[in-house]
Amino acid sequence: MQKAVFPNRVLPYLLLAPQVAITIVFFYWPASQALYQSMLKEDPFGLKSKFVGLQNFTQVLGNPDYLNSVRVTVVFSVSTAVLAMALALFLATAAEKVVRGKGFYRTMLIWPYAVAPAVAGLLFLFMFNPSMGTFAYLLRDAGYRWNPLLDGDQAMLLVVVAAAWKQISYNFLFFVAALQSVPRSLIEAAAIDGASSTKRFWTIVFPLIAPTTFFLLVVNTVYAFFDTFGIIDAVTGGGPAQATQTLVYKVYNDGFVNLDLGGSAAQSVILMAIVIALTAIQFRYVEKRVHYA
Amino acid sequence: MAKIELKDVRKVYHGGVEAVKGVSLSVEDGAFVVLVGPSGCGKSTLLRMVAGLESISSGTIAIGDRVVNELEPAERDIAMVFQNYALYPHMTVRKNLEYGLKNRKMASGEIARRVDEAAKMLEIGALLDRRPGQLSGGQRQRVAMGRALVREPAAFLFDEPLSNLDAKLRVQMRAEIRRLQRRLKTTSLYVTHDQLEAMTLADTLVVLNAGRIEQAGSPMEVYERPASLFVATFIGSPAMNLLPLGAGGIAGLTAPDGLLSGAGPAKTLGIRPEHMRLADGEAPRPGEMRFDLTVTGVEVVGAESFVYGTLPEGGPEVAVRVAGYSHVEPGTRLAAAADPAYLHRFDRETGRRI
Amino acid sequence: MIEKPGIGRPLAHVVLVLGVLVVAFPIYYTFIASTQSLTTILRPPLPLTPGDQIAANYGEALFGGIGRIGGVAVTTLLFNTLVMALGIALGKIFISILSAFAVVFFRFPLRMVFFWLIFVTLMLPVEVRILPTYKVMVDLGMIDTYAGLILPLIASATATLLFRQFFMTIPSELVEAARIDGAGPLRFLRDILLPLSKTNIAALFVILFIYGWTQYLWPLLVTNDNQMNTIVIALKKMVSFADADTPWHMVMVTSILAILPPVLVVVLMQRWFVRGLVESEK
Repeated sequence: MQKAVFPNRVLPYLLLAPQVAITIVFFYWPASQALYQSMLKEDPFGLKSKFVGLQNFTQVLGNPDYLNSVRVTVVFSVSTAVLAMALALFLATAAEKVVRGKGFYRTMLIWPYAVAPAVAGLLFLFMFNPSMGTFAYLLRDAGYRWNPLLDGDQAMLLVVVAAAWKQISYNFLFFVAALQSVPRSLIEAAAIDGASSTKRFWTIVFPLIAPTTFFLLVVNTVYAFFDTFGIIDAVTGGGPAQATQTLVYKVYNDGFVNLDLGGSAAQSVILMAIVIALTAIQFRYVEKRVHYA
Repeated sequence: MAKIELKDVRKVYHGGVEAVKGVSLSVEDGAFVVLVGPSGCGKSTLLRMVAGLESISSGTIAIGDRVVNELEPAERDIAMVFQNYALYPHMTVRKNLEYGLKNRKMASGEIARRVDEAAKMLEIGALLDRRPGQLSGGQRQRVAMGRALVREPAAFLFDEPLSNLDAKLRVQMRAEIRRLQRRLKTTSLYVTHDQLEAMTLADTLVVLNAGRIEQAGSPMEVYERPASLFVATFIGSPAMNLLPLGAGGIAGLTAPDGLLSGAGPAKTLGIRPEHMRLADGEAPRPGEMRFDLTVTGVEVVGAESFVYGTLPEGGPEVAVRVAGYSHVEPGTRLAAAADPAYLHRFDRETGRRI
Repeated sequence: MIEKPGIGRPLAHVVLVLGVLVVAFPIYYTFIASTQSLTTILRPPLPLTPGDQIAANYGEALFGGIGRIGGVAVTTLLFNTLVMALGIALGKIFISILSAFAVVFFRFPLRMVFFWLIFVTLMLPVEVRILPTYKVMVDLGMIDTYAGLILPLIASATATLLFRQFFMTIPSELVEAARIDGAGPLRFLRDILLPLSKTNIAALFVILFIYGWTQYLWPLLVTNDNQMNTIVIALKKMVSFADADTPWHMVMVTSILAILPPVLVVVLMQRWFVRGLVESEK
């Protein structure tokens, strides 16, 4: 049957007005500006601009710096997502086993969710800062050459760890919920069939929580793409030698530091396309989940 | 207290589906009218149009002396009891009862008086401070009734209010609704798909089919003189036996002279199971119809049994009511008899009674 | 139980304790550092127990002259951040409830057009359109204003979608009963729908409050005046001004002050937060 509704004619438009107005002014207007801007080229003094079609895009996509940034983003996102999810899943399976203290562990593990990425970056910088960070000191003491300010791989490692740390809480909560929804009877049946605890996990539990894992993969990727700007800005500033310059960081850098408006706009448009693709993927997943639920 | 008058009411949905195809009905002041029919017959739509929850495509609905077509539900002076009760889950029972009255800005003394009275009448006084989630199905049903009662409306509208209850409670609540309505004498319009409920509750029974009224009348009138094949099969359980009458009579059925002949359109004969009896081993009585049946099955209900069989040339199964327990083996051939006085005749083309 | 009474459960506790240590350590360590003097901090390794500077450091940060960051008092920064976080949380909840209410409980021309108009913004964060959005803010004169900090981050459909999902589970009969009881749409919203949405609102409030409190890129762009900085931005500026003489003990104190309010919100409202997070899936 049709949803019962109110017969008012004008009221619904009034109710929609605030959100629609904000969406148009702060979303559609800038988004269309980005599209328009991405096809313009300004002269160095910003006085004149001319229409150049897709030239900005070809330039961006042909630029080795940009391609490096794509590589950096992929490495950073995949490492962050895998690390954050693996640790969270490991902790969630442990939490599933304990009877007492569940609430306590959860409370202790959700803290990082509330920490701003930029602050998280600062904390890690503080701990691993080559000049006075305690861990840097310990690493050097152990004979390891630790200097993320000069070594690109070490810089990457540091931002990945900081980014993953912040995301463990979120993943943990989802994995706990997913594990709780695995029917007890299936695990018991597998146990009767003689599967060991490890085998039960990989053959029964893991496949059953696959939808959650996939959902988290998308969410973590989006997180690594966008929400980690603060971490990177605080820890490395994209350096050394662009080793940690992700796509979002480059959009910011080219637009606000190098003032290449057309190029930055073209990058924005490319990013939007990526996000829309990720959203579409996630919706296919949501659809699937509805089918199996 | 008011009369409800429907004049040629129609409901056409977007896309052209016609759910109600011209219904005229007059519900007398204080009457209990039950709309009954299969799902999709338009009975709920009709009730919701009276309530003001569905717009009226054409025709008029009047409650009392007012045409209410354009009035909001709250302005129609009606109260409604829903199938799933539709109690506000976050409010206590008392708040649920009060809500409609408060919206009308009724004085608080009067509200309290009405709530107390309704609570007493429905024996839900002890539940007033609980929330719907803490109540059983039967209790929720009472609260839903109470919410209608406190309004003291011109008319009660019931939309399958007992369908979510288990069988025992349903019978109990049915009796209670009837008792309350008799006492308050409030005009009531009641929708159900359950013909037993319809028969036991109604002053006037209105059988709907495919958006039209098939028949309206007192329950016994409808039962004894069904106006159409549809009504004949819909009211009564098991359904009336129907036998298509061929040019040469019906194979296996012997009837007094002249009973089966006669000019006019092709006919279908109908006879209710309780008007038939097993007559095996009896000599045929004069003036009776006799059926030659092959038993296909027996249904023992307890106080009575139904023997099912077919005539020699097949055709629809015929049910015969037998008092007590019957133990006929399937495959047995036996005779059944019936008094032609209880025979119904229908025009096979139009389905109307002849 | 399947688990043999053996090492399974104690082992799980060990794993969890280790996990808690790893996850909570950076925050604990920050707290330790915030109680030390600058000289102790600059000579690693840092001790693992609180130092004796706790009162001095926090007193200085909250009330002292040197605790002022870029000439701005910590309390001002905290106030700015609070305004931004509350503005985003309450503003988004407000407009989302209204628009979801309109889409679910009314039928009107262009309903689906409006729905899609909002829906498209679902996952496009402000980060992908920073430069053009920044220009819009300049054109509207919203740089260095609270509205400039808040409004662009409200333009997203996540909350709207969540409320829409929830509203669609409200049985039709409840609406009809309310109409018969003489409740118009706004009264229905106030008396029935909002009380029923309490849990969702609380959960969303926590999520959005955290979201607003932890913003970085947008407040960085839209505030020039130090007086309008959020605490996160100010913190970053403390470090980047001059690396050599960064007052790390003050940075750590400020970090704790920046972390504390959202952590309190999450921990105290944990029940709703967890339910809302897992149910709404972001």
